[in-house]
Amino acid sequence: MQRRRGPNVVGPWGLFQAFADLFKFVFKEPVIPSGANKGVFLLAPVVASVLAIAAWAVIPVNEGWAIANVNIGILYVFAIASLEVYGVIMGGWASNSKYPFLGALRSAAQMVSYEVSIGFVIVTVLLTVGSLNLTDIVLAQGDGLGTMLGLPNTFLDWNWLALFPMFIVFFISALAETNRPPFDLVEAESELVAGHMIEYSSTPFLLFFLGEYVAIVLMCALTTILFLGGWLPPLDFAPFTWVPGVIWFVLKMCMVFFMFALVKAFVPRYRYDQLMRLGWKVFLPLSLFMVVATAAFLKITGMA
Amino acid sequence: MLTGLEAIFFYLFAFLTVAAAFMVISARNPVHSVLYLIVAFFNSAGLFLLTGAEFLAFIMLVVYVGAVAVLFLFVVMMLDVDFAELKRGALQYAPVGALVGIILAAELIIVLGGYAFAPELSGEVAQPTPPIAVRHNTAALGDILYTDYIHFFQIAGMVLLVAMIGAIVLTLRHKENVKRQNISVQVARTPETAIEIKKVETGEGL
Repeated sequence: MQRRRGPNVVGPWGLFQAFADLFKFVFKEPVIPSGANKGVFLLAPVVASVLAIAAWAVIPVNEGWAIANVNIGILYVFAIASLEVYGVIMGGWASNSKYPFLGALRSAAQMVSYEVSIGFVIVTVLLTVGSLNLTDIVLAQGDGLGTMLGLPNTFLDWNWLALFPMFIVFFISALAETNRPPFDLVEAESELVAGHMIEYSSTPFLLFFLGEYVAIVLMCALTTILFLGGWLPPLDFAPFTWVPGVIWFVLKMCMVFFMFALVKAFVPRYRYDQLMRLGWKVFLPLSLFMVVATAAFLKITGMA
Repeated sequence: MLTGLEAIFFYLFAFLTVAAAFMVISARNPVHSVLYLIVAFFNSAGLFLLTGAEFLAFIMLVVYVGAVAVLFLFVVMMLDVDFAELKRGALQYAPVGALVGIILAAELIIVLGGYAFAPELSGEVAQPTPPIAVRHNTAALGDILYTDYIHFFQIAGMVLLVAMIGAIVLTLRHKENVKRQNISVQVARTPETAIEIKKVETGEGL
């Protein structure tokens, strides 16, 4: 794996580089291609970033620490995540250029395909929890497989162990849903230069990137909530319970984000037909089977 | 009726829905039409939210905006049809269109103006669902859908399944002489089955 030193000149340890980049982007000139469809061209990055940020409204980072604690939080996040494809499609189409258009077509098929398996994974979690409320989903992971075996409340209770195959399916689908490597065919630089973002410059380009990374962090938060017990401490006794829940939440999110970054470094990019095969022929049957199996298990043992 | 913030949002969503629906048929560019259609869907989801049907609102977003409209957009973006040319003669059909519209509107008015509930149902009409605090909307919907209406629900599911299989059967062509990847065969290869080592004598070929 490559290990490079990043930009380390601006501010202490290069920490202000992000702000320097921000100013650089904002003060540059946005170039609009003459053949572009102006309105849609400028609307696309706004859609991409606004939707990504809007989904955060229901994410609880600690008990009661959500902007809106709605009863169907998970459905809201799923609905907003399913709209994120529009930023890419609109940007690709409005650029009126070959590569962005190909990128848009790829992303339309890819994001719709992986949404299906994400939906089924969410359904398995909902079956075990019995609620669409994100706070309830976290609290329901307080006791589970570990306590059933007579252990105290630990990280073994969380859904990642009880629904292990679904945890893996969700993680990989989240990579595909956010167009991350190895599924970043939308912006594969060896084939499409930068996909839907080729014609963008300055602030619109910044908004696309902002939307992409906010969506990635959102998926990390969602993985944490659905499978890693949200803000619950990994071991439910003395030194661990002193740490505030929000710190555990951020730590777990960072761990998932680390996995996202790690995958980018060591997995080669998929070919498009392999990507579609994985989505429709592997993940869809597997997640569909797990929905039926989970439902049957809960019904037979009477835990539902 | 509606007051305050609720009224403002109702009129906002309702106005945007109607305006977007109008733009769907009047926009010159078909891609713009689909984008306006998405705006209309989005705002009607907002209207659902205002009436307290939040499950329907988000299912509408997931199904119509997240999947159906994406496919619409996908197809329309690929089309190269001169819609201005197609629309040129459209005005001559306006009387027929108006007639159909008037008939539909009249039927709707007759139905909405003339319906009445049976007297023994007055209790259910006054309080169709238990209060939100007692039974949550989504749960109530699930209760009804999977008990009283389970057969209709399953028949609808079967119809969709048949339609899906039909579409696949109609379009599936098994091409001969096409290279296909068999991943399990690839993964199962070992050096013994994949590599053949030959001793090449000096000065001779294979």
